[in-house]
Amino acid sequence: MTDVVSRRPEARSIERVRTARLSRRRRRRVTLGAITAAIVVLAGVSLMVGHTFYAPDEVWGVILGRDVPGASFTVGELRLPRVVLAVVCGASFGLGGVTFQTMLRNPLASPDIIGISSGASAAAAFGIVVLGLDGGQVSLFAIVAGLVVAAAIYLLSFRGGVAGTRLILIGIGMAAVLDALTNYVLQRAAQWELETAMRWLTGSLNGSSWSDAVPALLALAVAGPVLLLCARDLGMLRLGDDTAAALGVRTEAVRIVLIIAAVSLIAFATSAAGPIAFVAFLAGPIAARVVGPHGSPLIPAALVGALLVVVADLVGQFALGTRYPVGVVTGALGAPYLVYLIIRSNRTGASL
Amino acid sequence: MTESHTLEAADLSVGYRDRHVISGLDLTVRPGRITAIVGANACGKSTLLRALSRLLSPQQGRVVLDGRQVHRMPAKQLARTLGLLPQSPIAPDGITVADLVGRGRNPHRRALSRWSSEDDEAVAAALEATDALELADRAIDELSGGQRQKVWIAMVLAQRTDLLLLDEPTTFLDVAHQVEVLDLLADLNRDRGTTIVMVLHDLNLAARYADHLVAMAGGAIQIEGRPEDVLTVDTVRTVFGLESRIVTDPTSGRPLMLPLGRHHTLGPDAGGE
Repeated sequence: MTDVVSRRPEARSIERVRTARLSRRRRRRVTLGAITAAIVVLAGVSLMVGHTFYAPDEVWGVILGRDVPGASFTVGELRLPRVVLAVVCGASFGLGGVTFQTMLRNPLASPDIIGISSGASAAAAFGIVVLGLDGGQVSLFAIVAGLVVAAAIYLLSFRGGVAGTRLILIGIGMAAVLDALTNYVLQRAAQWELETAMRWLTGSLNGSSWSDAVPALLALAVAGPVLLLCARDLGMLRLGDDTAAALGVRTEAVRIVLIIAAVSLIAFATSAAGPIAFVAFLAGPIAARVVGPHGSPLIPAALVGALLVVVADLVGQFALGTRYPVGVVTGALGAPYLVYLIIRSNRTGASL
Repeated sequence: MTESHTLEAADLSVGYRDRHVISGLDLTVRPGRITAIVGANACGKSTLLRALSRLLSPQQGRVVLDGRQVHRMPAKQLARTLGLLPQSPIAPDGITVADLVGRGRNPHRRALSRWSSEDDEAVAAALEATDALELADRAIDELSGGQRQKVWIAMVLAQRTDLLLLDEPTTFLDVAHQVEVLDLLADLNRDRGTTIVMVLHDLNLAARYADHLVAMAGGAIQIEGRPEDVLTVDTVRTVFGLESRIVTDPTSGRPLMLPLGRHHTLGPDAGGE
């Protein structure tokens, strides 16, 4: 080591630090640009295809608000809200999921594994079927339930600090109970409400309208920026609470803001489209693989989440003969990944 | 030279729930000096360090930095003056050295400000000082324990604080790396006047590098002062429950503790001075 600590660094050293940082940023921007382009293209495709094909210029006309015969209703009232909801829910699940995964430093700690999505879902199903609530009330009820579940898991797993594995196991138990509650509620629903039932079990975009899409969009517009404002603090929490606090992060306050914002996103998206299986769980880790470990994981996870839902919805609608709900497709993708994660942590001996 | 800051604990009691780990402790950190805290396992050393850097709130008493209670200071403002390296910090998967060291700039950055050239300069200086510049693009996971510890120290150097607290910075390092880390801290103290408080496991290294030695037992300070005055047969007996001999280290002139175990001991007068 050099003797002199106080000397100014050499220009060469500064340059080296700077180029390393800029190249990390360049890779990130290129990748994020590519994912965004893919979302736009696939969302465009989703608007064009269906029972009737509409050309890009017709779709564009509808988006601009022009009156296009036939397309104005099919694209404007059926396909567009569905695609918007797909993007919004994907982004919301991605953001909410990666926030929990990063904050708890564990990929299994996503809201759809530890019962927060199940809580929101059970509350929404209960609110609609048993209490007869409507749109806004359902969302509010789902958020409160999500927060209560988050608080319950936190308190139940707290013993001189929150250990990751204990929190996850308690969360999985919680999810099982809440899913049972959803099933129980749906048993009481009328037989013809099967579509609704599927929505609360696996998540579905079938029959989405603007009244579903708009609240979720507003939630994303409010809670998304809140999360982004906390992005740097969230990144600091990855160093552990002690180090983060020593570097000037108010860990408890940041955690509360993060939890409320993430749970709101999850709950609004869930009350609009159901708990689309595994999107919250998958988006963050996939984003980390694609973009690399640098910078905030929030925007990459939001984009990957949106892409996942848009792709899964296209596949569910057109690739399999029957119109499957989107959650069936994401579930089929997510389950093997869950198994892979558990095998990997088993091999490396790392904690779950 | 940096301005000197005063850091003191007064009537400090800290603990978890109803259990006091430290009770009624008073300590004045010597500005511009190196203080080493030693003591047996679970004597409250780390707890004291965590309370001084406000990771733990006092149950009673207070910690005062430059006349202000640390627990009432804005978090970032405190972190610009007082740095802390915890005992086992966590490195996120895949993070590179330069990125991790850059995290040390957090207290100097406003919420939405961009990364500045001053930040680049601080990171470069910290990497140079710890001789870790060549590692800048490597992932932390690939580094050896010694290299990793250097990187963590580079991170707190990038924080550029006048006071630096370190919790066992040499644990898990081989002897060469231990000396390397302590030499670096001594450089920092000499060249920048940084006040250093560190918890150390190794009594002899503590006595060699510290200007001021604090020996703790049972959550209280047993004795503090110059290493020559503190490191005595009596201190080792009360603090560690160990019989020992103290000789003068011929390389440093500081006291050197030789433990007397039940085996391989020639007798009270053997080889003595």
